[in-house]
Amino acid sequence: MNILLYLVPMALFLGLSGLGAFMWSLKSGQYDDMEGAALRVLSDDDLPK
Amino acid sequence: MEQGADYSHYIRQSGDGCAMMDLAVEDITCAACIGKIEHAIGGLNGVELARVNYTNRRLHIEWAAGRADPASFFTALKKIGYRAHPFSATSVESDEARQLQWLMRCLAVAAFGAMNIMLLSVSVWAGDATAMTSETRDFFHWLSALIALPVAAFAGQPFFTSAIRAIRARSLNMDVPISIGVLLALIMSVYETAHHAEHAYFDSAVMLLTFLLFGRTLDHAMRRKTREIAGNLASLRVPLATRQENDGSLTSVPAGALQRGDLVLVRPGERIPADGILIQGSSAVDESLVTGETRQRTVNIGDEIYAGAMNFSGQLLFRVSAAGDNTLIGEVERLMDHAMTAKAKTMRLADRVARYYAPFVHLTALITALGWLYFGATTHDAIIAAITVLIITCPCALALAVPAVQVAASGAFFRARLLLNAGDAIERLALVDTLIFDKTGTLTLPQPDVVNRADIPDDLFALATRLAQSSHHPLARAITQAHDLPPLDNASETAGAGVSALIDGTEARLGSARFCDAEPQAEMARAQDPEASLIALRFGTRTAILLIRQSLRRDAVATLAALQAQGYKIGILSGDRAEAVAPIAAQLGVAVWSGGLKPTQKTARLSELAAQGHKVLMIGDGINDAPALATAFASISPVTAADLTQSCADAVFMGDGLAPVAQGLAIARRARHLMMQNLSLSVLYNVIALPLAMSGWVTPLIAALAMSGSSIIVTLNAFRAQGKVQTSQIRNPLAEAMTTGAGAPQSRTGP
Repeated sequence: MNILLYLVPMALFLGLSGLGAFMWSLKSGQYDDMEGAALRVLSDDDLPK
Repeated sequence: MEQGADYSHYIRQSGDGCAMMDLAVEDITCAACIGKIEHAIGGLNGVELARVNYTNRRLHIEWAAGRADPASFFTALKKIGYRAHPFSATSVESDEARQLQWLMRCLAVAAFGAMNIMLLSVSVWAGDATAMTSETRDFFHWLSALIALPVAAFAGQPFFTSAIRAIRARSLNMDVPISIGVLLALIMSVYETAHHAEHAYFDSAVMLLTFLLFGRTLDHAMRRKTREIAGNLASLRVPLATRQENDGSLTSVPAGALQRGDLVLVRPGERIPADGILIQGSSAVDESLVTGETRQRTVNIGDEIYAGAMNFSGQLLFRVSAAGDNTLIGEVERLMDHAMTAKAKTMRLADRVARYYAPFVHLTALITALGWLYFGATTHDAIIAAITVLIITCPCALALAVPAVQVAASGAFFRARLLLNAGDAIERLALVDTLIFDKTGTLTLPQPDVVNRADIPDDLFALATRLAQSSHHPLARAITQAHDLPPLDNASETAGAGVSALIDGTEARLGSARFCDAEPQAEMARAQDPEASLIALRFGTRTAILLIRQSLRRDAVATLAALQAQGYKIGILSGDRAEAVAPIAAQLGVAVWSGGLKPTQKTARLSELAAQGHKVLMIGDGINDAPALATAFASISPVTAADLTQSCADAVFMGDGLAPVAQGLAIARRARHLMMQNLSLSVLYNVIALPLAMSGWVTPLIAALAMSGSSIIVTLNAFRAQGKVQTSQIRNPLAEAMTTGAGAPQSRTGP
């Protein structure tokens, strides 16, 4: 059962980093414009001309 | 006349010398618009950031303070074909946005906790079968506690604060049993874990919070959408006022920025932006948005004028004043205060259930504990059984039953072009049995229209629309809206008379009957339709008389007939003269109507109906209707209504038709049906689960299955409220609201 000593912290760490990522995305306003984000991907503005 | 614009009301400063402004932009319809707008504005000198939010049709601009002129944003947008309106979020909207963010944060934490604890719990349940050692089980339980306690402390805040508030107010809401259940489950689980017991309920407690937060977040997201639409529409309609400064210069300011004592200039064809006392000029004003009266009132120096009235003939200068107690607005506000306090609080369905549910559950838990003690169980076992009862009856499905339907139904309401202002509007709309309409602006379209279009030769009518383009007279708009023809180059306007132009050597005139030398024809037309306003047209020897009047909404007759067929009683209460109401009522087949009513009389009629046991839906748009809307059991107003009126309506409908009202009622009835069904489902769940819990059969595994199962069933059932979605009907109501420009008729500022 010693494996638990590695696995449990690792599971928690992964879970927490997912939570952290969500909090960051929420804070940086990534959910403010859901429809726009889907459309922006279609624009070619970022390609070098 | 040169006149600057003052946008300072809308500009926010950040600490580092950066200025920000938000604009609501009309006509954003496709992905290409995003790039086009951002390029145009981002390329302006001094602008640091221009970002379009496609979801709510707004543009956020940041620039180095002083290095860019806000007015240039509007010109730049106009050049590429977009109309923009400065926008400032109402405090309600920003509050809701903040609340939603907080709920999403709580939901994320709760979901994280639920998933990780469930991982451990599933191991424990599987371990029961494969002989997991009790040390390992205890270790997993302690780990669960380590996750659950901080998670519940954070994610449970929305429920704990609301429960405490309810208890302080000596009432009960759903959050009280929820909070008690969660707290007891956690305390008991910690105690049991410390004593190496087999069962811990950390998973149930956190999962419960997750489900409930999910429902609550959806509910808020729906309300936020409604607020955004309402906010954009409001910014479209914000009237700009022309303020005369001390040095005599003129500045354009939003009406909201006007202060008491400011001098304001109103040109013919503009709406009066604030209440005040006239100090210069005289004119005829149309106060139909204020009083419902369609006949114009003549105002002279010293008279009071009201915000929302349309100035017809002369230029006015007035001093902004707060409405005195004797004025109409003062009376309306007094009546509204009265209505708000006197209105019997119709209790929301969910709260009504909570009032019986909470005591019932707590009593059952007590009986369970006593029963076990009576039959010789230890105190410990008796308390455990009682707490299990509280956990299993924690109203998870019950708390989701109503909001889930509300969220699902809101999609259907959007498609029907009805925006809900109040959360419990659905429940009340479903119970309505009597519909009372206001006439002006509700049954009729708010803008006047040419009613005898068919009698006028096409070429003459086209000529009239081109001439009308050059006029500032409000009635001219009724003519121009029919056609989109370019104005005539050499047209000139004679104030108070009309417009004239030379076409191939022949003079064309549009205006008063005398100006066009068509008085005999005008007399004949007046005899035919005494209520309409007349505009005459002369082209060489030919003449025509245009009759202009507020006409019925296109589908009014059909919608009212359908509603009557469904068994609704229908009546009209109007502030307009009885002679003006009678023909409308006859045309619509409405037998019960009265005209010339004061706001007090309207509310009195509604109270009478309520006393007879009718549940009345009031539909109106004027400021004079506001108290009636506040008094009525439920209320709807068109999106063109005065702000004050809209703010006290339960729902707002968009577009030129009345169909949203009928559709909205149907959706509300269906939604309420589903709410009741959902409530019965959750009661059924309790009927099954409660005896199990009382008899001590429930393990954490059963609790988890029962709770999530019932919540999912209730949520799936709620989705039926969406109705059948036809692909052709899916559209963004916001985009539509912005492109149809559903605002009140804007005052045209001519070249």
